[in-house]
Amino acid sequence: MAESGMDPEIFDQFLDQLQRYVRERLIPAEKEVIEHDRIPAAILDEMRNMGLFGLSIPVEYGGAGLNMQQYARVIHVMGYAAPAYRSIFSINIGMFSSALKNGGTEAQKAEWWPRVAAGEIACFGLTEPGSGSDSAGLQTTAKPDPSGNGWILNGTKRYITNAPSAKVALIMARTNKDNLPKNTHVSAFIVPMDAPGVSTGTPDKKMGQSGAHIADIMLDDVHLPGEALLGGETGKGFRFAMMSLDNGRISVGAMAAGLARRALDSAIRYANERKAFGEPIANFQLIQQMLAESEMEIYAAECMMDDVTARADRGENVLRKAAAFKVFASEMCGRVVDRVVQVYGGAGYLAEYDAERFYRDARIFRIYEGTTQILLLQIAKHMLREWKEEQR
Amino acid sequence: MKILVPVKRVIDYNVKPRVKADGSGVDLANVKMSMNPFDEIAVEEAIRIREAGKAEEIVVVSVGPTKAQETLRTALAMGADRAILVQVEDDVDVEPLAVAKILKAIAEQENPGIVMLGKQSISDDSNQTGQMLAALMGRPQGTFANTVEVDGDSVTVKREIDGGLETVKLSLPAIVTTDLRLNEPRYASLPNIMKAKQKPLENKTPADYGVDIAPRLKTLKVAEPPVRSAGIKVADVDELVAKIKALGIA
Repeated sequence: MAESGMDPEIFDQFLDQLQRYVRERLIPAEKEVIEHDRIPAAILDEMRNMGLFGLSIPVEYGGAGLNMQQYARVIHVMGYAAPAYRSIFSINIGMFSSALKNGGTEAQKAEWWPRVAAGEIACFGLTEPGSGSDSAGLQTTAKPDPSGNGWILNGTKRYITNAPSAKVALIMARTNKDNLPKNTHVSAFIVPMDAPGVSTGTPDKKMGQSGAHIADIMLDDVHLPGEALLGGETGKGFRFAMMSLDNGRISVGAMAAGLARRALDSAIRYANERKAFGEPIANFQLIQQMLAESEMEIYAAECMMDDVTARADRGENVLRKAAAFKVFASEMCGRVVDRVVQVYGGAGYLAEYDAERFYRDARIFRIYEGTTQILLLQIAKHMLREWKEEQR
Repeated sequence: MKILVPVKRVIDYNVKPRVKADGSGVDLANVKMSMNPFDEIAVEEAIRIREAGKAEEIVVVSVGPTKAQETLRTALAMGADRAILVQVEDDVDVEPLAVAKILKAIAEQENPGIVMLGKQSISDDSNQTGQMLAALMGRPQGTFANTVEVDGDSVTVKREIDGGLETVKLSLPAIVTTDLRLNEPRYASLPNIMKAKQKPLENKTPADYGVDIAPRLKTLKVAEPPVRSAGIKVADVDELVAKIKALGIA
């Protein structure tokens, strides 16, 4: 099914406003975000009013109904500003809304989509102290409540983006003590963060991305009604989560391309201002090489972004291409911010300049939503499987 | 009360304009265009007056090419209620007097309590349309507004003038032109941009208002401003003072 998304004219107008907002409002406030390690409340309100928390949510449920390509372009524009700004609404319009779309019942969509579109912050809990993407090690349990049709959850979730400010979490929990084929021992639950027994840990200290927070979520005999089970069926949680992964990878790729663009623009400015041997260092050919190589790679990532998202909107299975885009864009961003520090020279190592912040902020792109390594394996696995099928 | 807000589509204020090679004007090919920033302030002020319960309707109007529709849609997305496009050919430049005449004709049909204009457009910096409109209509004007306060059948405008602020009280209907510090315009939200698409936009031509837009001015040549030459570095304060004295500045 082709996703037409929002009327292109309206979308262009929105993107135009967003570019202005990033340039005039978000970038000037970056210093404050970093200093206080939080997004100012006034800006958060503006972001809610602008509709950023509901971009991918259908119009009938209070969102904007963007298709994948439009969604990626918005993230790419946001990528030009500090990553914390994207982070705060990324789960709402990414994993959470996507899992609801893939697996939610009509009642769950009607309840939660309008709430997250209006700006109630969502988070997504799969990873645990003892397990990541491997569901076999998942320890969090959901047991039927003996006193009704509900569930009782126990366990700990780790590295959960937005946990400290979230109003709702989508939690993956084990509904069968044995590991079942196709991960059907895992189910997904919609957990209000103010439910008794839910608590969050102290936000973890990180290398970069100040203003964005991750923390543990502890579930201690959390009683949930039967309606909290996503889709109303056990055994589908992991599948819903996996179906949302393309979305998350495209988002990280788009963000990485946006940050790379920002870093390169800042390097161009610096190279023109900074003088050595009596002239701007931009005149030196080895500096030019770093700028030109960065430009080529960013352009390639932007082309990949438009291609993979157009394919996704046409209904193509983009699992391999979304992974390829995420790996390329995040690794590319790493190379670009490294060159940008080099262009800045000594100043690139100083906290006073932006270059070292870009360098630290970019590092996580190669890790979250699937490390480069696991995605390379996945890409190869699919290639080899396809080849074998063709031989039959 | 109704407020009429004229808006103009101009080169985006972030773009560095380039002069065409033949010196006939500014090159507009593939250049980002936006609403004139002063007009944006006028739209914002009108919305604030309506939000304060002192106006009921905001009508935006643009005299310009088909693409000026986008500018009007932006104003509608910010919060204006309906729009009128007085359409001219793409490469036609309508001079302030012609615009003022068109606005007068529209004002006669719409009967706004205030016509709120940007003090000038950043495209040609004429700073004439508002004043001409006031003269043509025979109504009071408060230009370069820093503060606008509507009170019953009058509006009090604090004007930015050399050396401070001047306060004038105008009886309505009146013409107000906005200065930079009047307010900070809002960003149009996605839900409002979506709603703006449904708001009415009327298409008109200058002929509908019986206005002749034939130019009365002729542009002879457009040139880039001369590049500023580098200054001189002085060794110390004494030399600086000596230079200033020699130049007769102090």
